[in-house]
Amino acid sequence: MIGVELAKLARRPRSWVAIALLCGLPILVAIFVAVTKVAPPPGQGPALLSAVLSNGSLFPAAALAIVLPIFLPISIAVVAGDAIAGEASAGMLRYLLARPVGRTRLLVAKLIALIAYVLFAVVAVAVTSYIVGIILFGDKPIALSSGSITSQGVIANSLSGTPLTPADIILRTVGAVAFIAVSMLGVGAIALFLSTLTDSSLAAALGAMAALIASATLVALNAAASISPYLPTEYWLAWLDFFRQPILWRDIDRGFAIQLVYVVVFLGAAWANFASKDVTS
Amino acid sequence: MIVTTGLTKRFGQVLAVDHVDLNVREGDRYGFLGPNGSGKTTVVRMLLGLVYPTSGSMEVLGAPVPQRVSAVLPQIGALIESPSAYGHLSGRANLMLIDSSGPRVPGGRRNRKDRVIEALDRVGLGEVDDRAVRKYSLGMRQRLGLAAALLRSPRLLVLDEPTNGLDPQGIREIRDLLTELNRGGTTIFLSSHQLSEIEQLCTRVGVVDRGRLVLQDDLALLRGPTGRVLVRTPDAAQAAAVLDDKVVDRDEDRLIIDDADVALVNKQLVGAGLRVTEIGPERRSLEDLVLSVTGAGSDRFGRTRAPATGGFSAVVSDGSGAARDVEVGRSSQ
Repeated sequence: MIGVELAKLARRPRSWVAIALLCGLPILVAIFVAVTKVAPPPGQGPALLSAVLSNGSLFPAAALAIVLPIFLPISIAVVAGDAIAGEASAGMLRYLLARPVGRTRLLVAKLIALIAYVLFAVVAVAVTSYIVGIILFGDKPIALSSGSITSQGVIANSLSGTPLTPADIILRTVGAVAFIAVSMLGVGAIALFLSTLTDSSLAAALGAMAALIASATLVALNAAASISPYLPTEYWLAWLDFFRQPILWRDIDRGFAIQLVYVVVFLGAAWANFASKDVTS
Repeated sequence: MIVTTGLTKRFGQVLAVDHVDLNVREGDRYGFLGPNGSGKTTVVRMLLGLVYPTSGSMEVLGAPVPQRVSAVLPQIGALIESPSAYGHLSGRANLMLIDSSGPRVPGGRRNRKDRVIEALDRVGLGEVDDRAVRKYSLGMRQRLGLAAALLRSPRLLVLDEPTNGLDPQGIREIRDLLTELNRGGTTIFLSSHQLSEIEQLCTRVGVVDRGRLVLQDDLALLRGPTGRVLVRTPDAAQAAAVLDDKVVDRDEDRLIIDDADVALVNKQLVGAGLRVTEIGPERRSLEDLVLSVTGAGSDRFGRTRAPATGGFSAVVSDGSGAARDVEVGRSSQ
């Protein structure tokens, strides 16, 4: 069943359009920055972008920062929101369940397909932007990176101003990719839950986006500071701490924990609802 | 094959299915009849474990449903309400996906292609090209839905309006296919509001009206002689005089005589020198039967009850629908 779900996702043109857009936006940004050589001053614009001009291998991190606020959650919410509601509105849910595909099995297969999609999307952005970054901005000291950190071996400065080696950057980028994937899984879990509630995949996807926007609004509101540590978007940008020297683990750990709680709670709710629901679509 | 006892389903305030006791036997071609919105589809969905009953119990192919529904579903082919498919894929790709979903069967992966081709052949789509299902006609979709139901040579076919959207030739073709499958041992449970479809195919009928099973019997018994004789004669007036006390109904040249003996009535008429154009035992038509036990469909919201099947008037209901429950309680068995 998992293979079937992956095949369905892979054969849907929409999945690929979303990935193309996700990879396309950072490339567009990179081209503009590379052509004009005008990077946003540090502290403004997408995080890390100012550092990219000096070294292309930091561009994956910048690219992730570009797609993280809107593009990535939208594409994840669309796929997750479509999981059950899409089958329902296509009239296929009843046929799948009558095949029979157990309800829990179907949900698990959808979830695994979703995880695969999230990972694929995030990694696709990271890899394409790495290539684009190297081509457009160069990766000067790669030959020297195996040696000790010399002045030429220093290829980039961390956010804290300390130099980072290429191996370091790659490791930290992998950490950031993992963190972002888990954050996106939190979004996916909310959308998947909504997807079991409604027969409209649009409603499920928009519902998840509405939850995120509400969360982002509250996070920015000082008056809501007492609840903000529990909101899903509070630690979304904590992966930037991977690029500090030394790595600031506090928010990263909390972000992981909070996303795991969201994933567990919403998947549990999705399962409880779907397993006991009358399928009348 | 299917036995339900006191099957009831309530959706909030609406009692969709009310103490239905179905009994479908192995080898039956069972016609499940009822006006729109009478609860047919809800019963079908409950039988397949899609909707959970509020109370009552079901047994399908010997297993309790919904508890052990996954054990029997592999032996059931279903067409539920309308055929569905992924519009962006071809019919063949859709069947491949459907076949690879669900439990493994021995040799499942190896024989998948053959099964799909055979199923498409059976429903007359063997030569279909690779166009997306989105571009299929309604009849083609219906055939594809049937093919999906036939994929694993089921013991029980549960079909909801299988000939919807087909032309007369297609309807005939599907009817022949179902008869042939039935001869091979497949039990067929056909839900429909088209009387002619059921009349021509089924051996047994159940009639449901506003959630209740109001009739369930063998079609041959239901359509058996009524114990009266139907006579057509140009000399209707004289005939009525001759048979006098036995005439139940007279409509121009058509008389209904309360006497089971056709030969005797014929002798009396001929003996009186009257001309007889047609004489025979009166049989109830399925249509009369069904209309006599069911009310207007739930798609009708008229103020008064229509004389026959009703139309699509959209006047606000005066709430008299509930009161009609009393007059319809003639459940057999």
